Amino acid sequence: MDSNIEKKEFNITVYTENHVGLLNRIAIIFSRRKLNIESMNTSPSEVESIHRFNIVLVETEDVVRKVARQLEKQVEVLKVYFNTNEDVIWQELALYKVPTDVIAEKASVERLLRQYGARAVVIRKDYTVFETTGHREETDALVAVLQPYGLIEFVRSARVAIIKHSDGFHAKLREFERLEPGEAELGNEYLNQGEKIFTM
Amino acid sequence: MNTLEIKDKKEKESVAAAVATEELSGSQILLKGLIAEGVDTIFGYPGGAIMPIYDALYDFKKELNHVLVRHEQGATHAAQGYARSSGKVGVVFATSGPGATNLITGIADAQIDSTPMVCITGQVFAHLLGTDAFQETDVINITTPITKWNYQVTDAAEIPEVLAKAFYIAKSGRPGPVLIDITKNAQIQKVEFEGYEKCKHIRSYRPYPIIRNKYIEQAAELINSAKKPFVLFGQGVLLGNAEQEFKAFVEKSGIPSAWTIMGAGAIPTDHELNVGMLGMHGNYGPNVLTNECDVLIAIGMRFDDRVTGRLDKYAKQAKVIHLDIDPAEIDKNVKAEVPVWGDCKETLPLLTALVDEKVHTEWLAKFREYTQAEVDQVIDAECNPTEGELTMGEVINQLNILTKGEAIIVTDVGQHQMVACRYAKLNNTRSNITSGGLGTMGFALPAAIGAKFGAPNKTVVAVIGDGGFQMTIQELGTIMQSGIDIKIIILNNQFLGMVRQWQELFNDRRYSFVDITSPDFVAVAKGYYISGQKVTERPQLVDALKTMLNHKGSYLLEVMVTKENNVFPMVPQGCSVSEIRLK
Repeated sequence: MDSNIEKKEFNITVYTENHVGLLNRIAIIFSRRKLNIESMNTSPSEVESIHRFNIVLVETEDVVRKVARQLEKQVEVLKVYFNTNEDVIWQELALYKVPTDVIAEKASVERLLRQYGARAVVIRKDYTVFETTGHREETDALVAVLQPYGLIEFVRSARVAIIKHSDGFHAKLREFERLEPGEAELGNEYLNQGEKIFTM
Repeated sequence: MNTLEIKDKKEKESVAAAVATEELSGSQILLKGLIAEGVDTIFGYPGGAIMPIYDALYDFKKELNHVLVRHEQGATHAAQGYARSSGKVGVVFATSGPGATNLITGIADAQIDSTPMVCITGQVFAHLLGTDAFQETDVINITTPITKWNYQVTDAAEIPEVLAKAFYIAKSGRPGPVLIDITKNAQIQKVEFEGYEKCKHIRSYRPYPIIRNKYIEQAAELINSAKKPFVLFGQGVLLGNAEQEFKAFVEKSGIPSAWTIMGAGAIPTDHELNVGMLGMHGNYGPNVLTNECDVLIAIGMRFDDRVTGRLDKYAKQAKVIHLDIDPAEIDKNVKAEVPVWGDCKETLPLLTALVDEKVHTEWLAKFREYTQAEVDQVIDAECNPTEGELTMGEVINQLNILTKGEAIIVTDVGQHQMVACRYAKLNNTRSNITSGGLGTMGFALPAAIGAKFGAPNKTVVAVIGDGGFQMTIQELGTIMQSGIDIKIIILNNQFLGMVRQWQELFNDRRYSFVDITSPDFVAVAKGYYISGQKVTERPQLVDALKTMLNHKGSYLLEVMVTKENNVFPMVPQGCSVSEIRLK
């Protein structure tokens, strides 16, 4: 099917400065176009002082490309990549809180742990918290299993994704800076200096 | 070392320190920074949270001309007018809360029309942020979607770097508005000032995309093999100061060129390759022939929906070459066969060098045919009527004759805007100032004030409708107080004419709230000590225009025009550009 018609899950990776207000600037690029973000995670990246957003969006490639360009246009955004699920290694973390007595009586904890790769994080007299890490279907599956046993709380983290073919941002950043005409090289010495973001 | 020597040494050290740095308030540092950026004019309005800056301004009256507007929206439009006529960055001061929120329309206008502007807003003390303090508004978050960049300063030490960054961002690449919100404590706080340095680089920001020769070559190949090439140019040519480069390109390639409303004046109206205006109320030929050309060369324009009409029927037969400085514009609305990213000041000469020298006689003749049809069916009746009520077109036509195309024309929004932009004769660049993307009624009067400050030696004529004039009418007070010389023409059709036109054409003449009554505009002007007169009959018009243009100081001329005239040609909404109607 045409990439401009078929909607699928895209993983958008945004390398940014770490500044107050940037999260809002990024979020409104989606909300202005009435695009619903499936998941968003912000964390440090492999380069000190540079942050990395992982955003999951179900859309056509055409829309995602346009959004990526709008993101990259923001002054404090360094680079944006978008990839399909095939292009990334991704994980989500989930926590499940269930009554310990029910689990102990009715379901074999050991079986659950093995089958779903779950780990018991906390075991108390009144409740137990399990943790799994994996793809959406895997974490969802355990919800379905635990629901009949009185699942008290469930929470899933945003997705984090690593781009398979990426060599990391150190290299990209050097390339990025090289392409900057004129004073680009001057900029390099500030790369790892935190707040000092422009040459003065 | 005895005690005397120690004392002496200490004194020497402190003197040296005083020479190297001085202790200044955040407000003083801000003003010194503005001067270092070459700012000479500020449009603003004081208030509680920006008082320390205004207090400092008291000592900088010689260096910085502060124009006191009557509403903060007026300050933004004036700054836009200033930026557009001068090519410099417009600067606005406003206080927190309502002062800041009153800037929103102008900031949004500057964002969509890529106008370089730096707005400085006062903010409540940092320790009060988020407490719903008096006149506290979260202006940073309110303006995030409508600024190129914004930043809240809470410490005076940040001011030099942030201000330098603001100016750099506002004017580099694709220009735009920047807002700096400064908390009151940072305005008062004294810090060591080590001098001001302009910003030249921000690592995360690449305002000038790398020019790829491959695409220049591909573009030249396409152009050279084209039988019916067509150039569309927009404000990018003006923003890039690339008028000469553009002229050289079209003259060598011989390609007929049409302009977007924001690109008007990049080459003179009378240039033989200037075939007219694009878009909904643009000229006949440029619209129809968009769907006939084989290669479409878009230069510094963004394929706005008012230009393209129905996108899926827009220039489908043509191969599109798109020159733009903003990579996000490429393929946004119209798919480009060849994307030429970069500043057109740099890309155009590269392209000019590779294109063949040509004359497209037959193809140009086609444009001329359409022009003739438009003259016969629309333009003659609009611009040279001999009977009936006065028309907007004839006012502009007579104005052209008297100004010889040398004036800066500032327009508001609506029918008069379309008429003025269609018919105004522009010999010079930066002489058409209008609210293109946002369509902000009330833009013209304050923008004309700014335009005059930006180009003091030019005649500035504001052409405004009776509706739009009443939106920012209070800026007559700014004109009065600053003693500036603006010529104001109100084209009064006693209607909100553009909406009325749509209601006539598409809503069965159900004139829903477009009937607007006006005060005696001449009397209002008189109240502000501004001379003026009202014209209702054709024989009075030329003399009245002459009186206005020869008058020393500002002048208001109200012209009563036909109530129910429509602007044609028109591409109805949802139609293709080739479905343009002449009536």
